Amino acid sequence: MSRVAVLKGGRSLERQVSLRSGARVEDALERLGHEVVSIDVGVDLISQLRESAPEVAFVALHGGDGEDGTVQELLEILGIPYTGSGVLACSRAVDKVLTKHLLLEAGIPTPDFFAFNQTAFGELGAAKALPAIEKRLHFPIVVKPSSQGSALGIKFAGTPEDVPAALVAAFSYDGKVLLERHIEGRDLAVSVLDPEPGEAGGPQALPVVEAVPLGENFYDFEARYEIGRTSFVCPAELPDEVTERAQELALATYGLLGCRGFGRVDLMLDASGELHVLEANPIPGLTETSLLPQAAEAAGIGFDQLVGRILSAPGGSR
Amino acid sequence: MSTPPSPPSRSTSRDLERYAGLFAARTRGMKSSAMRDIMSVIGRPGMISLAGGLPDTSSFPPETFAAVTARIAEESCARALQYGPTEGLEETKRCIAEVMAAEGMHPDHADMIVTTGGQQVIDLVTKALIDPGDVIIAEGPTYPGAVPVFHAYQADVVQIDMDADGMRIDLLEETLDRLECEGRRPKFVYTVPSFQNPAGVTMSLPRRRRLVEVVAERELLVLEDNPYGLLRYEGEPPPPLYKLDGGVYVMYLGTFSKILSPGLRLGWVVAPPPVLEKINLGKQGADLCTSTLSQLMVQAYFELEDWRDYVDSLTEIYRSRRDTMLDALAESFPPQAEWTRPAGGLFIWVTLPDFIDTTDLLARAQRENVAFVPGEGAFLDGRGRSSMRLNFSGSDEGRIREGIRRIGEVIKEQVALYGTLTGEPEPGAGQERATPEAGGGRVVELPRRGAGPDRRARGS
Repeated sequence: MSRVAVLKGGRSLERQVSLRSGARVEDALERLGHEVVSIDVGVDLISQLRESAPEVAFVALHGGDGEDGTVQELLEILGIPYTGSGVLACSRAVDKVLTKHLLLEAGIPTPDFFAFNQTAFGELGAAKALPAIEKRLHFPIVVKPSSQGSALGIKFAGTPEDVPAALVAAFSYDGKVLLERHIEGRDLAVSVLDPEPGEAGGPQALPVVEAVPLGENFYDFEARYEIGRTSFVCPAELPDEVTERAQELALATYGLLGCRGFGRVDLMLDASGELHVLEANPIPGLTETSLLPQAAEAAGIGFDQLVGRILSAPGGSR
Repeated sequence: MSTPPSPPSRSTSRDLERYAGLFAARTRGMKSSAMRDIMSVIGRPGMISLAGGLPDTSSFPPETFAAVTARIAEESCARALQYGPTEGLEETKRCIAEVMAAEGMHPDHADMIVTTGGQQVIDLVTKALIDPGDVIIAEGPTYPGAVPVFHAYQADVVQIDMDADGMRIDLLEETLDRLECEGRRPKFVYTVPSFQNPAGVTMSLPRRRRLVEVVAERELLVLEDNPYGLLRYEGEPPPPLYKLDGGVYVMYLGTFSKILSPGLRLGWVVAPPPVLEKINLGKQGADLCTSTLSQLMVQAYFELEDWRDYVDSLTEIYRSRRDTMLDALAESFPPQAEWTRPAGGLFIWVTLPDFIDTTDLLARAQRENVAFVPGEGAFLDGRGRSSMRLNFSGSDEGRIREGIRRIGEVIKEQVALYGTLTGEPEPGAGQERATPEAGGGRVVELPRRGAGPDRRARGS
């Protein structure tokens, strides 16, 4: 059995979720017979890793340094093998704008969008282009910080008057934001797992999860992690061809970004039955209410088995 | 590596169903918030937090603490370690009577229950009076710590706007009339009349008189929450509502948290006997009795020292910190910002232009290592999104100045960006800053957020 360092917490805005993911992973690793070193990622990360000398690091960080490749880079420098995607895949996935450009280039459908740096408005007079953008995207539009992994800072603009305040909010989280056409429809998520070592074949798309807001509780950041405020349907009730198409798009996105080990791709299904990829998460949540563990279970993979599989899949950039 | 046979893992979606079906309906109102996620990362080194409501306990003399505990060890060790009566120790009530006398109140000891902090009073009073759907009247903004209590008992909270003279009693009367027409009868009015948390304003004497009349006419109870009354930095204190009403309709909440120590978890309630009896029964169910050790510490402290001296020293420290913060605000915040000028207490309430969402601003501010409380937590109806609460008691003057400077910078950045985006000159640019009126405090503007941008979500 191995000595496994579980990296969790950190200083990102998703710290709370990460602590919960990390705690569950630790329990599972112990049940699997591993020796667990628990690390709340902070300024002493390097010394903690050197001191505990783990054989492998399980990265259970969400958002910020843990999901943008920074922590992965440090692990590469220290020569510690780690779970999940490597530096390059993380850098691509954390940047929604870059992800969307790659999707477009690969012919994977993603909602129309325009992206801006704060300097574009400050120094290049981009505000004058807003009316043209609004005309092309049609209202309502969604304004998002490019790199924020959670729903914080994501605003819905119903009219041109809403756009400036939505941009100010999104720029609170990142120097780059995108304005995206809003797709009315159903929220789907497809998780992807690499095969067990020695197993034939490529990455496996798990059953589709649909997130359905409950009652009057609109679908928001808080609800996503709370039992009783959003209901998750897995497998989602979809025509077979839509399920297959969603899984196909998720696998294509996962491969395009170069993800390893595991990941989750979020999509929208519009009224005409078309699917649109919104974003990919290289380290999706592993909490009680997260989507990946639910999807794994629907595929007959229990949580301990899921954690064991993520641990044994070759991660990183190699 | 090989995977050994493992004990059956707990299944995720079964967990969901298992627990979801067991939760009480009242937990639906208990929400976590984006604000909490942002606040959870503010404990890092180098962070200047103007977010807390923390008294400065570092100024309490350790010798006094040692003397207090030594006395308890010598004189009442076994008793300190034992349960006590639900209503509290008579010795503690004598200390409470001294504190209340300092604000001109002389309640009967029998009308008093010693509680586990003032917070427990809010819980016990709500538990005793509120059925699901009953109305509680509160100030807008109200004490953010009361919100989860009201939610837990499924109260329908109606918030009344405030200005520099506290709760608008004219609006209260209109609201009470409206509720009566709708056949809804409020059970009590929750108010922090002096140096309100979070707004910092104090209810004027005429409004206090009128409030007491209104509740007597309509036979409503008031919960007067007065943690800060003795922390006054200037001017003459208006009498507490309890004194004006004589304890007929007004229930009084006091605490040692802000005049001595919040770590003791010691507060009290004074209420009419029939209400007190229900509160007593509720407390038996909640925790049987308040910590005997804490109660004896207060008693020993009151015997060994003059508690007023410590309050005076706190008042000196906080007055100077408030002045520092007010000066720093005038210097560092843009002209579009408005703030209250509290004559006491711990907080200043700032209102920004409505295109700034202070929860998002907090995410930006925490990158500059500074934090405040976004206003949304002080409202139950979605208002307060452009306001923030600043605490001046918990940081020294250098940190207050630097913290306000950093917040000012990020606000100015957003104001400038908004100006660029709307193609207009910065709103308010070139206007003279309205100087805060001396002694009074500026009108608390609580803009309503209409059909503005909604939060939408994709989570990780």
